[in-house]
Amino acid sequence: MTLDVNWALDWVRRTAQVIAEHRDELVELDRQIGDGDHGENLHRGFTAVLHRLDALTEPPAQVGDVLRLVATTLMSTVGGAAGPLFGTAYLRAARASAVSTLDGTATVVLLEAALDGIVQRGKAAPGEKTMVDAWTPAVEAAVAAADNGAPASAVLAAAADGARAGALATTPMVATKGRASYLGERSAGHLDPGARSSELILRAAADAAEAAAAHGVAP
Amino acid sequence: MSPVALVLVSHSRALAAGAAELAGQMAPDVLVLPAGGTSDGRLGTGFDVVEAAVLRAGAAPAGAVLLSDLGSAAMTAETVLEMLSERDATLPSRLRMVDAPFVEGAVAAAVAAQSGADLDGVARAAAGAAGFFGAQPPAKLPRSTACAGTVVRALVVLADPHGLHARPAAALAARLAPLDADVRIDGADGRSVLELMSLRTVGGHEVQVEAWGPAAERALTLAVAALRTPAERWT
Repeated sequence: MTLDVNWALDWVRRTAQVIAEHRDELVELDRQIGDGDHGENLHRGFTAVLHRLDALTEPPAQVGDVLRLVATTLMSTVGGAAGPLFGTAYLRAARASAVSTLDGTATVVLLEAALDGIVQRGKAAPGEKTMVDAWTPAVEAAVAAADNGAPASAVLAAAADGARAGALATTPMVATKGRASYLGERSAGHLDPGARSSELILRAAADAAEAAAAHGVAP
Repeated sequence: MSPVALVLVSHSRALAAGAAELAGQMAPDVLVLPAGGTSDGRLGTGFDVVEAAVLRAGAAPAGAVLLSDLGSAAMTAETVLEMLSERDATLPSRLRMVDAPFVEGAVAAAVAAQSGADLDGVARAAAGAAGFFGAQPPAKLPRSTACAGTVVRALVVLADPHGLHARPAAALAARLAPLDADVRIDGADGRSVLELMSLRTVGGHEVQVEAWGPAAERALTLAVAALRTPAERWT
């Protein structure tokens, strides 16, 4: 199966829902090692994305159109570091997916573009207790799945599993980037909120792909 | 040509406005645009706020230098530039993001822009600002500088009671900049506003002016005349 614009729309709606459900958890995680606004900021951002989607007079044609709308909306509504980081991730992903359908390989290209954007914008490397620690193993797992010929839905499932493992692995890390780095050693023992929200976003992508596959929506 | 413009991106609307006010006071002809806080006035950096300022400053023919305070302010500014570059590919060549201390960099950049420096010059002034405004006076520059060719010298007593503060330093540097001569005032580069300010001179002090190069005599005459005149009587 391949992914199309309906998958992208479902991904965004599922993301908005899961961020709303986990808003308080993200707030709490960020309160422990940051400035406590991550959950609120993302919730505000994805709520705005839903409003903009609902206000569209013409439905978006391609996956890239949906992701671009998410990018510009997050940039202008999410204060703090998450706005430019996720905004850049979605923008690069949008540029990499200006096609009508995505197979497994094209899905990897989308994910790699998002990771590259985050790394370039945040200038963070793996092991610094940031969202890069969720995205890097996610992309690695996606690449491995696609190399084995997995379809797009399985590539996303692998990415979500990779992100989950990567996010959990941030707990013992000492932060050396971002606001948490001001805490030094005291940042160890806490899950990184940006890694956790990245995991939720990628899981929503996988769930949307699985639902599409189950319904046989996309040929 | 109008001077290089400045965009000051901060997490705080008040901080950006204050820095713009301070920098603007020394650079009345420079467009200094504060871009602080989110669009609804919270702490943070707002994409729309920065975008509006960058669009205005980016229209300046001489270009604009952009300074930011904490980490995500720089990220927001970079993101704005990336988005706007999609529509106008020439924008990146007219905008320079500089990693500099926010307030000191803003003041140094504004003074350099006021004195007619180009985009690179304003960017350099901002980037070099860190050492010039600290609590510790900068290391004393050598009073005389070795150079090739004939050097002309003069000793001058500074007329302005406040010495070479920002405005006279900027005015002097601007006058010397077009001349084909190297000028040192107590070892400081006569064309560098920051080096002149860093001398921390006061009125009544005697300074040594040295000049060399094809226009050395003209530069020396000009510098001596300027230093003998209190800043408020400069035209």
